[in-house]
Amino acid sequence: MDLSYSDEQVMLRDSAERFVDANCGADNLRKMRASEEGFSRAYWKQMAELGWLALPFTEDQGGLGGTAVDTNVLMEAFGRGLLLEPFLTTVVMGGGALKAAGGRDDLIGEIIEGNLLLAVAYAEPQARFDLFDVATTARKDGDGWIIDGHKAVVLHGDSADRIIISARTSGDRRDKDGISLFIIDRGAAGLERRAYPTVDGSRAAELFLNSVKVGADALLGDEGMGLAILEKVSDDAITALCAEAVGAMKVLLDTTVEYTKTREQFGQPIAKFQVLRHRMADMMMEYEQAKSMALVAALKVDSADPVERRKAVSGAKVQIGKSGRFVGQQAVQLHGGMGMTDELSVGHYFKRLTMIDILFGNVDHHLKQFSAAA
Amino acid sequence: MDLSFTPEEIAFQNEVRAWMAENFPADLRAKVEAGEKLYKPDLLRWQKILAAKGWIAPAWPVEYGGPGWTPTQRYIYANEMALAGAQDLPAFGLKMVGPVIYTYGNEAQKAHFLPRILSGEDWWCQGYSEPGSGSDLASLKTKAVSDGDDYIVNGAKIWTTGAHDSDWIFCLVRTDDTGKKQDGISFLLIDMKTPGIEVSPIIIINGDHTVNQVFFTDVRVPKKNLIGKENEGWTYAKFLLVNERNGIAQVGHKKHTLRRIRKLASATDMNGGRLADQPGYQTRLAETEVALMALEYSELRFLSGQKTDHAPGTEANMMKVAATQLQQSMSELFIEIAGYYSFPYDGFRDKKGSNEPPVGPAEAGGAMFDFLYGRASTIYGGSNEIQRDVIAKVLLSI
Repeated sequence: MDLSYSDEQVMLRDSAERFVDANCGADNLRKMRASEEGFSRAYWKQMAELGWLALPFTEDQGGLGGTAVDTNVLMEAFGRGLLLEPFLTTVVMGGGALKAAGGRDDLIGEIIEGNLLLAVAYAEPQARFDLFDVATTARKDGDGWIIDGHKAVVLHGDSADRIIISARTSGDRRDKDGISLFIIDRGAAGLERRAYPTVDGSRAAELFLNSVKVGADALLGDEGMGLAILEKVSDDAITALCAEAVGAMKVLLDTTVEYTKTREQFGQPIAKFQVLRHRMADMMMEYEQAKSMALVAALKVDSADPVERRKAVSGAKVQIGKSGRFVGQQAVQLHGGMGMTDELSVGHYFKRLTMIDILFGNVDHHLKQFSAAA
Repeated sequence: MDLSFTPEEIAFQNEVRAWMAENFPADLRAKVEAGEKLYKPDLLRWQKILAAKGWIAPAWPVEYGGPGWTPTQRYIYANEMALAGAQDLPAFGLKMVGPVIYTYGNEAQKAHFLPRILSGEDWWCQGYSEPGSGSDLASLKTKAVSDGDDYIVNGAKIWTTGAHDSDWIFCLVRTDDTGKKQDGISFLLIDMKTPGIEVSPIIIINGDHTVNQVFFTDVRVPKKNLIGKENEGWTYAKFLLVNERNGIAQVGHKKHTLRRIRKLASATDMNGGRLADQPGYQTRLAETEVALMALEYSELRFLSGQKTDHAPGTEANMMKVAATQLQQSMSELFIEIAGYYSFPYDGFRDKKGSNEPPVGPAEAGGAMFDFLYGRASTIYGGSNEIQRDVIAKVLLSI
């Protein structure tokens, strides 16, 4: 057994950390969140040049054939730097959906070049965390389809060039069969979007589809078989988010330890107070367990055994949710009033961790998934 | 022992309930129900309505404008007001400096300031914390130096809620630094329009502007604005802190919020059923309701004059810890209802004049905003770590 990074992984980590340390962080976030798209196209171009956008795709597709562990090496650095560029939505989710559906390597090529931004519109207002709860419909129209519905909180849904949408081609709202995936253009007639900032400094959109007409080639994968693809996309995204959360938690722990050593009250550094020392020891233990579980998810998300995959991914999401909450909340508490400010980075990491806890299902949701598999 | 209200108290409760239903403005009620925050113009309107009725300052003695209620009546009133969805008015004038002025101020100070606090003519903010003095409040350094009939004040205060909306600030200042740090502190009332005062906003993590830093550069304050005696401000400061913590349980507001949570969780789909019936959520919601009962009946016990058995005098500290922890778990329950719709940043609507509807369902509004702001409650007013220190000191007699 060897759970250490390979030389290549160490190099990838070092270069990603150098990139985020030089370019990202809370200052960058405050600047970017006021911008139209909420991230930097120039950084995106650099990420393409560094080869990161090619990481998870096969060599046939023009990619680097990286594993989930490789993706997580990047994601952990992105978490450390509060990176805002749409890597998760375009590469992990959008690219992951194309990879799983097959047949659109042309689009994967564009992703790798840095010329295509994607968003995956899977959530709906009534669905909470159930990927199969789909009220959006797609009905046959000659060779093509007509799509109607409302997709909720689509991350980077405003800047994406194309959007992958789940829609029901047969069955009832909560049936597991009959869900199909379509890829549509940002400019499609009948597609209306309401874009807005999110609490973590990023952006999302509500998408309203009013009789959006698409051709036969918009269908990704087989008709009615979209759920399996969505589930894979969701599991890959969860795995990546776990690594991002680990990166964010590490910064919070380091920052808190540093702050309590320098902040003096009652004539001594507050790190001398036992109650705070124990709190930080607890934060460290939460962090380490989260890191272990993020690794389990990365090692098993591609497992052929569905039970093994489910327990690893849902288990990791539960641990990350709980640890992220504890580490985030305590980092704010131990920074006192300063932790509550927009000026310090602490609050930004805390908000991102709070969102990660909810994304793709919160602790309760994944406890249920875990028990169902166990 | 009797837990039930007397017929007179029940009549009083009915009177308050009916009056609240009729007089809390409907547009403000709608904002509160949608999770929107009320700012000064709205609050001032509500203050004037309460002041006209004579119900603005329940705890004040009759001679200064209070209604002369018993503690039970005050409890009923606070409860009914919260259940009606009415937001509390800022405490700085009505619950903090007002009682300090009528307890320790001179006749001229009482005659000038108290009516203006009641009417809302003066809004107040609190100059306690400093950048270097958070938990260790007594280490404060803002200095007031005697100069004829005035003090010259120099220094900085931080986390000053509502300084940008305030006419006056009550400040703890250092008038002597030769002895123990608690000695040598004085309690000064300062007009915010005095030259040399600069208010600098601090934006907090929910994007809101509530707190500020306030800088004092050679600010000239007449000595007639000193409360009580020079160098004895710590006594008044502690009196005020106890008052601050006394109101902190906010049982009525918590009941109102929990009702809303239960109603919304019952109307929210999850796993093909209702969120309120999901085992984990159901358990946490019930635990929260039990915790609120424990808080409510502890408050009633302390209100009726009982003390804690092991650390008498620390009731307010205990209530502060219990209430803020409860408030934070309630805000987590709220976020769970909102789900993905807790992500949209609410703040952007305010900047556009609040004309845009919320992104998600109206009932999700404010969930994240309140959750984020609520993280401050275990920090401000003496962090919960400090409260536990105070309790432990009495409990262990050290």
